[in-house]
Amino acid sequence: MNEPTYTTVVGLEVHVQLKTMSKLFCRCATTFGAPPNTQVCPVCLGLPGSLPVLNAKAVQLAIRTGLALNCRIAGFTKWDRKNYFYPDLPKGYQISQFDLPICIEGFLEIELANPNTNNSARGAIVSDKKKIRLVRAHLEEDAGKSIHDESNAISRKKSDTRIDLNRTGTPLLEIVSEPDMRSAEEAKSYLTELKLLLEYLDVSDCNMQEGSLRVDANVNVHIPGKEPNAKPIATPIVEVKNLNSFRSVERAIQYEAARQYQLWQQNGLSIGQSPKQTRGWDDQDGITTLQREKEESADYRYFPDPDLVPVVIAPEEIARVRESLDELPQAKRQRFISEYQIKLYDAEVIVSQGRATASYFETLIQSGATAKRAAAWMQQDVLRTLKDQDLKIDNFPIPPAKLAKLLVVIEEGRLDTTRGREVFQQLVQNPRLEVDAAIEALGMVQVDSQAMELLCKELLEANQDVVQKVKAGNAKAIGSLVGQAKKKNPNADPRVVQDLCLKIINAS
Amino acid sequence: MNLINLTATEIAKQIHSLQITSQQVTKAFLDRIEATDSQIGAFLHVGAHRALAQAALVDQSIARGQIDSPLAGVPIAIKDVLCTTTEPTTAASKILENYVSPYKATVVEKLESAGLVILGKTNLDEFAMGGSTENSGYKLTKNPWDLTRTPGGSSGGSAACVAAAQSPISLGTDTGGSIRQPAAFCGICGLKPTYGRVSRYGMLAFASSLDQIGPMAHSVEDLAKLLEIIGGHDPRDSTSIPQSMPDVSSDLRKPIAGMKIGIVREQIDNDGLDSDIRQKLLDSIEVFRNLGAKIVDVELPNSQYSIATYYIIAPGEASSNLSRYSGAHYGYRSSTTSSKDTSANTSSLVDMYCNTRGEGFGPEVKRRIMLGTYTLSAGYYDAYYLKALKVRRLIRQDFDKAFQEVDCILGPTTPTPAFCMGEKVDNPLQMYLVDLFTVGANLAGIPALAIPTGFSKSGLPIGMQLQAAPLREDLLLRAGYAYQSSIQYQPTWPTL
Repeated sequence: MNEPTYTTVVGLEVHVQLKTMSKLFCRCATTFGAPPNTQVCPVCLGLPGSLPVLNAKAVQLAIRTGLALNCRIAGFTKWDRKNYFYPDLPKGYQISQFDLPICIEGFLEIELANPNTNNSARGAIVSDKKKIRLVRAHLEEDAGKSIHDESNAISRKKSDTRIDLNRTGTPLLEIVSEPDMRSAEEAKSYLTELKLLLEYLDVSDCNMQEGSLRVDANVNVHIPGKEPNAKPIATPIVEVKNLNSFRSVERAIQYEAARQYQLWQQNGLSIGQSPKQTRGWDDQDGITTLQREKEESADYRYFPDPDLVPVVIAPEEIARVRESLDELPQAKRQRFISEYQIKLYDAEVIVSQGRATASYFETLIQSGATAKRAAAWMQQDVLRTLKDQDLKIDNFPIPPAKLAKLLVVIEEGRLDTTRGREVFQQLVQNPRLEVDAAIEALGMVQVDSQAMELLCKELLEANQDVVQKVKAGNAKAIGSLVGQAKKKNPNADPRVVQDLCLKIINAS
Repeated sequence: MNLINLTATEIAKQIHSLQITSQQVTKAFLDRIEATDSQIGAFLHVGAHRALAQAALVDQSIARGQIDSPLAGVPIAIKDVLCTTTEPTTAASKILENYVSPYKATVVEKLESAGLVILGKTNLDEFAMGGSTENSGYKLTKNPWDLTRTPGGSSGGSAACVAAAQSPISLGTDTGGSIRQPAAFCGICGLKPTYGRVSRYGMLAFASSLDQIGPMAHSVEDLAKLLEIIGGHDPRDSTSIPQSMPDVSSDLRKPIAGMKIGIVREQIDNDGLDSDIRQKLLDSIEVFRNLGAKIVDVELPNSQYSIATYYIIAPGEASSNLSRYSGAHYGYRSSTTSSKDTSANTSSLVDMYCNTRGEGFGPEVKRRIMLGTYTLSAGYYDAYYLKALKVRRLIRQDFDKAFQEVDCILGPTTPTPAFCMGEKVDNPLQMYLVDLFTVGANLAGIPALAIPTGFSKSGLPIGMQLQAAPLREDLLLRAGYAYQSSIQYQPTWPTL
């Protein structure tokens, strides 16, 4: 393989809408999708004379997130005004945090598929961990939404812009990473891991379509110098906005890296030699387009907001939040592997489905299923059904205890896997059905082991030729008995019949 | 019966003893406004009909014995930066012409529930920026004692209406002296409470870390009663002090013997101090001495930097506070479509902002927005705004130190009596120096009281200022009350 011609360098800024009942500085609701300008009050409308009052819940969620991201929590943090004019910012400034963010430094560990491992068979992926360092995470209020009427844009006539201020003042946590990611794939797995973590923490809905998770990517490329020990050449950093899905983040970074490399080949300009650009991702055309260059960007005139008092966070409060943290994805994966002896791949799939799914899996085991079978059924049956029927685990028709019962029946050989799946389908379709009733309804009779043993003995006695063949070393000869067993008892599990017959022959 | 040349306490006494009704009193003041405001120009909006209806309701409640508030039924005028829902709230700016707030300021709610009757909204320097009320976007207010002179500012309307017997009491706001200086110019009392004592919710902000609402009246007793009504913690204002308002009026009569009163020599010896003001100040020192107070010299070494500090912090905050007046959501929006900027890439949105703010704001407001924008800019912030915050801390420490030794500091409120209309309008720097003795209290967040000491030789009202440690309004009011009792102070009104 050739050496790559350049390395992609990515840092991400993620805006996370925190799951509070009310806005950051007033009591208005934050529900998504309400009719425009119905979740507003004098405070979030920025009416003359109104004053902000901090929502303590947002601070708590920020501490929670910061701790999970291995950040230091500031003992003293304050609010600053970021001044700029825009119609969806009714006060003419955004209340944010400038020099004293609530969460300082930290890191998020991501799993990387090792590119040197070609064997991608399930469970065989060798994974590497990588720490993505975080600069900070700070709280700020969201702006409103500008909805532009594009219908007159072509004719260049005056077009309307409508403002919806429902979102104004919604609490956001802006999580800023170091430029530690070296590919679009790494950026994607950082986001996937971050989103999973935030969902485990229950601090955000993380819905990109509804804007509760928004991503800006800072991208440039490092090109190896010509001389053996020369420092690599870095291209000017570009901030890419308007990224509406993880897929678009991935595509935009790939596109942007290639574009920058090509541009560098043409003009040879490196970082510092041309201004920092902000570019917008066009998902339809798969390109980025220039939005603005930093030279013309605003001076935000940050200064401490005199309407708010600084926030002092006592060490006891931080300790209390830390204690309230449940097990996080990384730890849960490790524990599943060590405690249940399941494969890394299985642990990853189950844990990455979210807290409720992982807990469903654990309940299966606690209710008697073996970990191996539980892991297999989670992935092949439960998750597939969820996906096919577009369900959430909380609404899954089979409660874990019931499914565990079925798995035990299968484990004990009283039902084969194929028939087990039929029962599973019955249980999905008819949530009120119990496992035994479902088996009966399908005309299946659970064969108890004594009855099976009797059946096998009868068969062997009647087929001495088979016994001889087996004794002579041809174990496959047993196969002819399976059909007979099925005729005598349709519920006989072929595997059990084979195993039992062999056992009887070997014992004789 | 003369119903208007009375203090609020006297009016309340007559209303509560059912000798007169709130409606009669309200009507009398409305008539007085009607008769005299063409000369004075104290009011921007008078809500005559609403005020009379409100007074009728209060009368009913009083008759049924449902209101026991000490000032129930008494009319009041409020500065037009306080949000009411029945009249416009304009901050005397064209940019808020006809703007009616959909909600009420906390102080307005408190006044109403205490049964006070709001007569109307008073004139001010646009967004409270100024010291003469000449910066109003609407009209000039004249000093009732000399119609060629200013009433001071920015609460010029609130001071003039009380001095002219158009209202017995009023509310003003004080960011650098805007209650105390016009009170001194108009010969009435004014109190700037401790920062955080009175809720700022619903007060149009000038400089948030300095602004305070406060009472204006003829007597210290009226001030005390009004402060009790408007003060106290408000969960809607994060900077509001989480303490309920103590009873300051019952202790008014407590003797002040043994009280330590500090004097800052440089203030009294200041060359710029008018000789009549100095003489009256020296007289009042004697009054306090005779009352048993101990007079002590104190030092405020950093007070020389207070004007410079103030004129960096206040415009900085103002430049941000006034960003919301953009024409996008409420208030004035320019209908001018032409762009002064000839560069091709200015959008119609930027034109709208520029024209709206260019046409809606007056020159002093623009000057301060520019000053503040400059001092907050990247590269200048550390040298100006941040440095000013540090000096502010030093100024506060000076006061802290002084109040370890004394209960109050006595000094002048203003360097001179009321100046003439137009005298300082072309010289903003000279106008800013009028705040010399008052801005310290705002920077330090301490309470300060202005009370009349008499008249200059040319017949203009003059006064003095008392300052105390944070939350010690009680000391100021006791000292002020003792002073007024001792000189047997009787309010006087100019003939109009």
